[in-house]
Amino acid sequence: MMGVGVASVQVTPASTLSERLDVPGGRPSYPVIEPLTVLLPGGGLRRGSVIAVRGSLLLLLALLAEATVQGTWAAVIGVGDLGVLAAAEAGVVVRRLALIPRPGPDLAPVAAALLDGVGLVALAGADGLPARARQSLAARARQRGSVLLPLGQWPGADVELVCRVETWHGAEGGYGRLRSREVVVRAVGRGAAARPRAARLLLPGPGGAVTKALRHLAIKAVL
Amino acid sequence: MPARVMVVWCPDWPVTAGVAAEDLAARAPAAVVSANRIVACSATARAQGVRCGQRRREAQGCCPELVVLTDDPDRDARAFEPVAAAVEGLAPGVEVVCPGLIALPARGPARYFGGEAAVAERIVDVIATQARVECQVGIADGLFAATLAAHRGLLVPPQGSAGFLAPLSITELHQDATGVDRAALVDLLHRLGLRTLGAFAALPVDDIASRFGLDGVRAHRLARGLGERPLARRDPPADLTVTRRFDPPLDRVDAVAFASREPAEQLHAALAARGLACIRLGISACTEAGEELHRVWRCAEPLTASGIADRVRWQLDGWLTSRDCRPSTGITLLQLTPEEVIGGQALQRGLWGESGEDDERAGRALVRVQAMLGPDAVFTGVIGGGRDPTDRVRLVPWGDDRVPARGAEDPLAGSSMCTEDPLAGSSMCTEDPLAGSSMCTASPWPGRLPAPSPSRVFTRPLPAEVLDDAGCVVGVSGRGRLTGVPYRIAMDGNPPRRVLAWAGPWPVEERWWEPGGGRRCARMQAVLDVTGPADDPLAVLLACETGHWRVEGIYE
Repeated sequence: MMGVGVASVQVTPASTLSERLDVPGGRPSYPVIEPLTVLLPGGGLRRGSVIAVRGSLLLLLALLAEATVQGTWAAVIGVGDLGVLAAAEAGVVVRRLALIPRPGPDLAPVAAALLDGVGLVALAGADGLPARARQSLAARARQRGSVLLPLGQWPGADVELVCRVETWHGAEGGYGRLRSREVVVRAVGRGAAARPRAARLLLPGPGGAVTKALRHLAIKAVL
Repeated sequence: MPARVMVVWCPDWPVTAGVAAEDLAARAPAAVVSANRIVACSATARAQGVRCGQRRREAQGCCPELVVLTDDPDRDARAFEPVAAAVEGLAPGVEVVCPGLIALPARGPARYFGGEAAVAERIVDVIATQARVECQVGIADGLFAATLAAHRGLLVPPQGSAGFLAPLSITELHQDATGVDRAALVDLLHRLGLRTLGAFAALPVDDIASRFGLDGVRAHRLARGLGERPLARRDPPADLTVTRRFDPPLDRVDAVAFASREPAEQLHAALAARGLACIRLGISACTEAGEELHRVWRCAEPLTASGIADRVRWQLDGWLTSRDCRPSTGITLLQLTPEEVIGGQALQRGLWGESGEDDERAGRALVRVQAMLGPDAVFTGVIGGGRDPTDRVRLVPWGDDRVPARGAEDPLAGSSMCTEDPLAGSSMCTEDPLAGSSMCTASPWPGRLPAPSPSRVFTRPLPAEVLDDAGCVVGVSGRGRLTGVPYRIAMDGNPPRRVLAWAGPWPVEERWWEPGGGRRCARMQAVLDVTGPADDPLAVLLACETGHWRVEGIYE
């Protein structure tokens, strides 16, 4: 009786082994809101990884949301006109969202300084960075256990999320208003993320937060 | 036996302070009014029949040219500081009993200046020359007797307090400056036939205690000329500035890093010994050539010893390596000034991990970025009231108070810290989006756009052109209707794009009641078609003001 209990507690399924080995220091990933979990290996933002986001600023904000609710800090570098209201509607705790709108020529040192202390660092305008600077930033993130989220292309990213807009719902010929946007997000990447994944989402959904798109629910202007 | 106490009294202080603040003539009849009753009046007004306790109308009837001032205890206290400082220059241990009344032990100064009359004369002189106000001085045994003596400008001889008080009216018990309301007691004693303090003092204390309780005993002690309590001395604020001279001058960053640690620890120790912590730190430095550099660091959290050292190092590092304002020679003098301090218990960590390690690490990283890019490079957003997406958000530099631009986010939340938390959870998403606003706000903002909000809000809106299918420009009429059906929209000089869907216009009128401050505009949402195979449909928020369209934000 006793032996059976101990054995059942101590045995770990082999399926979780690769994920546990990926985690630096054994710390868990940063959580994301439920509709986005299907896109990411391990269901969250793995510490020390680089996750590139293309095609939607709101997708980036939605990725930051759940972690900031749980006390992690996030920083967005180089987005001069970020809609803080949209971030709040997506679920981000704006008190823990630091904005560095004009990093100037010191983009890489600023990002490196932030990776030291801030859990999630989003970086726009990284296309002009030399390959060496990118590699050192990725290494910094891996060493510190932070997540680097470049907005745009990032060769060698662990996961790349590409957002394509399908349709907007709610506005029609002068009536109604914009209510929700149906998008398809595709995830490709290396390692655990090599298997392509896709999700159809409402980004933003009604009220601003991200929800799963339900095909059978035809959303039309009520007015 | 109570100690000899000297009281300095500035008559009608609220009026004096108010007249000085309003820049009125000193002889003008003036009165301070609170809740429609006169609480203090000037001597000129009193000569014309104005009395404390009158209604304002009555007082204005007695003296039609009366200047009415509002009651402002802050103003009184602020204006009284020079008087307290002037007295402090002559004698130690000053206690400000209330604005207009200072008490200090009389024995030391009387010995030093050679007699009580000499001190009194000297204090009146100094206050008249330094603070430019009139005052009266009274000396007696005990605070209460000395206050009454000051009202009469008397020096009561030692042991003479009881004799001085005995013939005075029982209503003088009101004059106890500690702020205890004795109206009911005085009224009762008066009806019992005790018209003077002497008559009250003659009663046995046991009977007073059994009939009037503790407050009666206190009043009885005052009437007998005994002290109610000893003076609480005011200590001059300690100078906590830490100064270091460097010889040879510092001109290398590594030398700075070494030199900044010790003064930072000294400052922190000096603050901690007084139970204080610093939230604004002034760092100033002088160079060999006489250049002076100064910068104030604000911090959201009280500074620890290493936090102070880090800021000093970053600042000196920044000065020594900056391109445009680099000092020509090395730094010879470093001065750390705690510009704003708070009680040290604010540094206490939360028991359940609030203000935990994450916040501290992030704060250090953000301050580090501020040291690289300047204090106005790192922001956090605060959401307040308003109609535009631009109006509702204020970007606050890191370290400043998070106060929204307009209106409180939540009427129940008192402090700026708490206003965020309603947003933190899922409460926002559960509300009905048709209600007009997905977030609770104190005031209604008719015309506000409901969620979702644009993910990019342009600080400088892009010019746009809205055209109908014939290629004519579409505007908004005075009645808030479009003059045509939008068919193509050109943004920022780019070729026009087909409109797939549109909604609006929603007119907004703001501050129309203010001359020159009013604003009329109309907003419209539109979804624009793709321009190529790699492109996505784009939703934009447009606004039309004075006949011109502009793109306020895009939904990206």
